[in-house]
Amino acid sequence: MKRFFSIDRDIVQRLGFSFLTIMAVVTVVPIISVVIYIIVQGGPAVSWEFISAMPHDGMRAGGILPAIIGTIYLTIGTAVFSVPLGIAAAIYLSEYAPDNRLTQLIRVAIINLAGIPSVVYGLFGLGLFVLFLKFGTSILAASLTLSIMTLPVIISASEEALRSVPQPFRTVSISLGGTRWQTIRRIVLPEALPGILTGVILGLERAAGETAPILFTGAAFFLPRLPGSVFDATMALPYHLFVISTQVPEMPIQIQYGTALVLIVFVLGMNIIATVVRSRARAKRQW
Amino acid sequence: MKKSLTWREYVITRAIKVSGYSAIVFVGLIFFFLLREGLPVFGEVPISTLFNTRWYPIEEYYGILPLITGSLIVTIGAALVAIPFGIGTAVYIAEVSPRWMREVLKPLVELLGGLPSVVLGFLGILVLSPYLRVLLDLPTGLSALAGALLLGGIAIPTIVSIAEDALDAVPRSYREGAWALGATRWQTIWRVTFPAAKSGVLTAIMLGVGRAIGETMTVMMVTGNAPVLAILPGSILSPVRTMTATIAAEMGEVASGSVHYHVLFFIGMVLFLISLIVNIAASSVVFRSKKRAERILS
Repeated sequence: MKRFFSIDRDIVQRLGFSFLTIMAVVTVVPIISVVIYIIVQGGPAVSWEFISAMPHDGMRAGGILPAIIGTIYLTIGTAVFSVPLGIAAAIYLSEYAPDNRLTQLIRVAIINLAGIPSVVYGLFGLGLFVLFLKFGTSILAASLTLSIMTLPVIISASEEALRSVPQPFRTVSISLGGTRWQTIRRIVLPEALPGILTGVILGLERAAGETAPILFTGAAFFLPRLPGSVFDATMALPYHLFVISTQVPEMPIQIQYGTALVLIVFVLGMNIIATVVRSRARAKRQW
Repeated sequence: MKKSLTWREYVITRAIKVSGYSAIVFVGLIFFFLLREGLPVFGEVPISTLFNTRWYPIEEYYGILPLITGSLIVTIGAALVAIPFGIGTAVYIAEVSPRWMREVLKPLVELLGGLPSVVLGFLGILVLSPYLRVLLDLPTGLSALAGALLLGGIAIPTIVSIAEDALDAVPRSYREGAWALGATRWQTIWRVTFPAAKSGVLTAIMLGVGRAIGETMTVMMVTGNAPVLAILPGSILSPVRTMTATIAAEMGEVASGSVHYHVLFFIGMVLFLISLIVNIAASSVVFRSKKRAERILS
């Protein structure tokens, strides 16, 4: 009886584990195949000309330079606003904030900011930056919109990195006569830097790949030249992929896959850099 | 020298404190601008028109029910895909797979979370929907089903990542206790570990599904964008249009300040409130269970 019981339990466990394994395989295999599929399909289209030339013939020929440059501009613009603000907010939460209701409210606000649909950010950017502040559809308006969207990612990751710096580091610095800011600037920030950097890159990665927030704040369908100032609209890789896959008839399929490939190389490249930074810092860490 | 240092320190400390409150300011600003541009709708469109079943802005039909049902059916479909596979994968990674595999699988799943949604929409148009059309013999593959499958894929990384963290955070002693009492690993997972991580898993589901409701580009590209009422389960096979896709598709073409413009902001307001409710509910689950855990441990 007892023996029978235990065989039964073993069979249940074996079946259950196989079932879970199958689920994990069904989840993971499509991820790998999506990436491989785009590399295989888009690879032949990507050449030096493709990434360095202007598009012509109604975007059906030539390169995608303005979209690449535009995405780089938007990513830098987003970083300019969101990195200092996000890190400062994280420093406040980790080093200064008292444990009270207001701080809890800040946390709830951050969680909500992270959950707001990207298209709602687009509406907000249109209402505040484009129309109310009269920036127009511009790199500036789009970067500001993307910054606010990126902020919760940068704050959460940076706060976690700052908190993981052991408390004695601070105590020692203060006891040696360092002020609070000196302690943060010279001791805590350098130790937390890799973690902060990882968070920043992950946040900017999200900004670089987003389309909806820039739809009405700064994205241009087609521009014959590169944007000249922050008040110009710009082409961007994700929006360009949307345009050529839905709005332009008779678009050569290779150009579409090529654009998708450049976009995921850009975005996943940042993701991989972030992962490497994190694991290197973990390996080096002496505490 | 000493004085200038403290003066600098004062300014920096102030700046840091102000930045600390920025998240609250931005949530407030977003809500304010949505209200500012969305509320005028009540003076311009009768409520009976707004909550009607016909969305045809050119002839001033602003019924948002088809858009709400469109969002609902796609989101429910996505949840049906994402919850079992997300949780199954999370349990597999946390409890079944060896440690080295966890180090490979988790970043890989999170990689999918980093894929731009426009890329998934693009593959949806070129690969998934033609396949669905042939497989299910549909007039068009651009349907709620295609949207639900891709949105499921978008929600899965969120669910896996957070649920796996929650399972991983269950103290090892819980498992050891169960094993010592003679439970198998399988029994331990479902009777001990999983119930202990329940609130974290619930948070994972809410945030994953919340992400699916708000997703824009993918659904705009693959659901066919037909604003028809989708209340029958069979509607999953027909084209629908979601709230997010409507805003994204139409905002570029409306004059600012027009009725149509205000209606689109009103839809944005509804989306904002939905995400607010989902996120506050999700975080309160975490807060409450943390408090309970503190009570038990003290």
